[in-house]
Amino acid sequence: MSDSQDIAEHLATSAQRDEVLELGMWTFLSTEVLLFGGLILSYFVYRHADPQAFLAAGRETRIVIGTVNTALLLTSSFCVAAALQAAEQGARRATRTLLGIAILLGLGFLGLKGVEYLGEYREHLVPGVNFARTGQDAHGIELFFIFYFIATLLHGVHVVAGIGVLAVFAAMATATTARSRYIAGLRTAALYWHFVDLVWIFLFALIYLPGRSS
Amino acid sequence: MTGKNYLTDDYRLGSWFTTTDHKRIAILYFATLIFFFFIGGVAATLIRIELATPGPDVVSADTYNRLFTMHGIIMVWFFLIPSIPNTLGNFIVPLMIGARDLAFPRLNLASWYLFVLGGSVTLFAIFMGGIDTGWTLYTPFSTLYSNSYVSVAVTGIFIAGFSSILTGLNFIVTIHKLRAPGLTWYRLPLFIWSLYATSVILVLATPVLAITLVLLTAERLFGVGIFDPRIGGDPLLFQHLFWFYSHPAVYIMILPGMGVVNELIACYARKKIFGYKFVAWASLAIAAAGFLVWGHHMFVSGQSLTASLVFSFMSFIVAVPSAIKVFNWTATLHKGKIRFDAPMLYALAFIGLFTIGGLTGLFLACLAFDVYATDTYFVVAHFHYIMVGGMVTAYFGGLHYWWPKITGRMYPEYWARAAAILIFFGFNLTFFPQFVLGAEGMPRRYHVYAPEFQIWNVLSSGGASVLAIAYLLPMFYLAYSLFFGARAPANPWGATGLEWQTSSPPPRLNFDRQPVVDGDPYDYAHAPEPQHV
Repeated sequence: MSDSQDIAEHLATSAQRDEVLELGMWTFLSTEVLLFGGLILSYFVYRHADPQAFLAAGRETRIVIGTVNTALLLTSSFCVAAALQAAEQGARRATRTLLGIAILLGLGFLGLKGVEYLGEYREHLVPGVNFARTGQDAHGIELFFIFYFIATLLHGVHVVAGIGVLAVFAAMATATTARSRYIAGLRTAALYWHFVDLVWIFLFALIYLPGRSS
Repeated sequence: MTGKNYLTDDYRLGSWFTTTDHKRIAILYFATLIFFFFIGGVAATLIRIELATPGPDVVSADTYNRLFTMHGIIMVWFFLIPSIPNTLGNFIVPLMIGARDLAFPRLNLASWYLFVLGGSVTLFAIFMGGIDTGWTLYTPFSTLYSNSYVSVAVTGIFIAGFSSILTGLNFIVTIHKLRAPGLTWYRLPLFIWSLYATSVILVLATPVLAITLVLLTAERLFGVGIFDPRIGGDPLLFQHLFWFYSHPAVYIMILPGMGVVNELIACYARKKIFGYKFVAWASLAIAAAGFLVWGHHMFVSGQSLTASLVFSFMSFIVAVPSAIKVFNWTATLHKGKIRFDAPMLYALAFIGLFTIGGLTGLFLACLAFDVYATDTYFVVAHFHYIMVGGMVTAYFGGLHYWWPKITGRMYPEYWARAAAILIFFGFNLTFFPQFVLGAEGMPRRYHVYAPEFQIWNVLSSGGASVLAIAYLLPMFYLAYSLFFGARAPANPWGATGLEWQTSSPPPRLNFDRQPVVDGDPYDYAHAPEPQHV
C-alpha cells in the first residue's frame, strides 16, 4: 500500500510525518507538565504552611474510590498500549475492541468521580458552594479542597478530551486505507492518554494518601 | 511575472480565512496586530495628554487606572508577545530553513483564531468599562476589591495564551524536523536560534500563567480564598507564579528582536556575524537563565533577604549573554562595508536603545537601588527602552527588511530612513526624561504629580507626539508601496539566507525545488551585490 496519499503536501516522507507528530505531542506534554506543575507547586506551598490541616483534609477524601479509579485509568492505559500493538500488527478488530474497553474504563473513572463529588457536596466540603467546617484546621482544609477540586476538574477535562480522541481512533480502527498515518496518530494519542494517567498518579498521592499512615 | 505566488494563488476572501499557508497566516496576524497596536497606542496617547500637566485635567483617577491597565494588557499580550514571532517569524521561518510550511499548518491557523477570540474577549472587557488592576493583576486587589471586569479580561488573556503555546510548539517542531538537507544547527541563521529560544519560553512559561489565571478567576467567581490571607492563602504566591511567567515573557519580548538584528547587521555590514556560536548559545542561555530571575520584581514584597540576594545575583548573570550579543554585533560592524539603508538604521537604533535598557536593568538588579526606584518612572523608562526601543524598533527594521519578500514591492527608501530617524528621536525624547523623573522620585500609575516634575513630563508628552507621527509614517508609505512601489527582485539586498533564493513574493509552497545547503550562514564574501540603489 502506498503512503503517498497519507502525507500532507508540506511534508516529504511518512517518516518525517511520524517524527513531526511525535515531537509535537512531546512538546505539548511539556507544556502540560508546567500547567499542572504550577498547581502542584501551590499545593505544596500551602501544605508546607499548614501540614496538620492537610493531613486532616486527606483523611476526609474517599480513598476507596480514589484507588479504584487509579486501577481503572492504569488498566485503560494498558488497553491503549495493547491497541497500538494490535494496530501495528494489522489486527484491526482487536484494536477497536481494546480502544472500546479503554474508553469504557475512562467513562467509569468519570462516573466514580461524579459519585465522589456528590458525596463531598453532601458533606459540605465544596469551597465557594457549601463549605462548612469549623475548628482550627478549617481554613487549611478549605484550601486543600480548593486544590482538590481545581486539580481533579482540570484532570477531568483532560480525561474527557482523551476519551474523545480515543473514540475517533476506535471509529477509524477498521478502515483499510491510510494505515501508516492511523498508526502514527494512534501512537501520538496513546502518549497523551498515558500522560493523563501519569498526572492522576501524582494527584492520587497528593490527595488521598496524606494522613493515612497513622 | 511567471506563475502564481501565494498572494495571487486564490483571490476569494474566504480563502484567507481558511488558509493553512504560513505566509497568509502571517498576513492575518499583521492586520490583527496593527489593530491592537493602534488601540494600545490610543491609551498611551490619553495617558501622555493627562500627564502634560500636574493636575487632573482630562480623566479621573479611576479612568486613568483603566487606561494604563488597558495599555499594558493590549501592548504586552496582544502586540509585543506575538509581534515578531507570529508575523515575521510565521512568514520567514519556513522560508529560512527551506521548508514548505510550518510543521502543523492547521494548528497555525487555529492559533490565529484563538488569538482573535482572546483579543475579542479582552476588548469586550475593555469596552464594558475596563479593568483597573494594572497589567500585573496583583492579588488581593484583583480578587477581592476591584469592581472592574477582571474575570472577563483574564479569560481573554488565558485564551490568547494557548495561541502563544501552539505557536511555540509549531516553531520547535518545525525547526527540529523540517530543515532543508544540509542545514545543520550551526548553519541556521541566528533569527532561527532566537525564535527557537523564544518558543521554548512560550511553551514552558505560558502554561504557568494559564493556571495562575485559573486560580485567580476561581477565587474571584466562587469567593474561595486561594490568595486571601484571611483563610491562610498567600497573596505573594500569586506574584511568584505571575512573574515565573512574566519575567521569561520579557525575554519573549526581546529575543525575537535580537534575532532580527542579527540578520540586519550581517546584511548591511556585508560580513559574517562575529562569534556565531556564542550568539546562538546566548539566546538559549537567556531563555534558561530568564526562568531564574523572577524574584527581582519582588524585592520590596517582603520575600526573604536570601531570596532577594539570589535573584539579584541571577539578574546580573542573565545580563552576560545579552552583553555577549551587543559586543558581537559591534565587532561585526568593525571593518564592515556598512550601508545605512533603513533596516540598518533600525538595527543600529536597537543596539543603542537596548544597551541603555539593559544597563538600567542592572541598576534595578541592585537591591539597594531597586528599593529606591521601585514603582517609579525609572522602571517605566527601563522596560520601555527594552520593549519599545528594543523590540518595536527591531520589528520595524525586520518589517522593512523583509517587506520586498512579503509583498513583492520596494518601499520608498527616503521616507523609510526619515521614519527610522524620527522614531529614534521621538523615542528618546519620550522615555529619557522618564529616567530623570524616576530618579527624582515620581511614582508610576498616578494621574497627578508634584508641579516640579512638569518640565520632564512635558518633554515626554512632546516626544510621544513625535513618536506617534513617526509610527504612523510607515503605515502611509508602506501602503503606498503596495500599489505604486517598484517590483522587488528575489534578492534586493544581496542577502544570504534561503528566503532570498525564492521569488518575491514566494510561490504557495515557497520553493520551486527543494533547496540544499552546503555552507555556513552569512557568507557575505560570496553574496551577490545589492540590486537596490
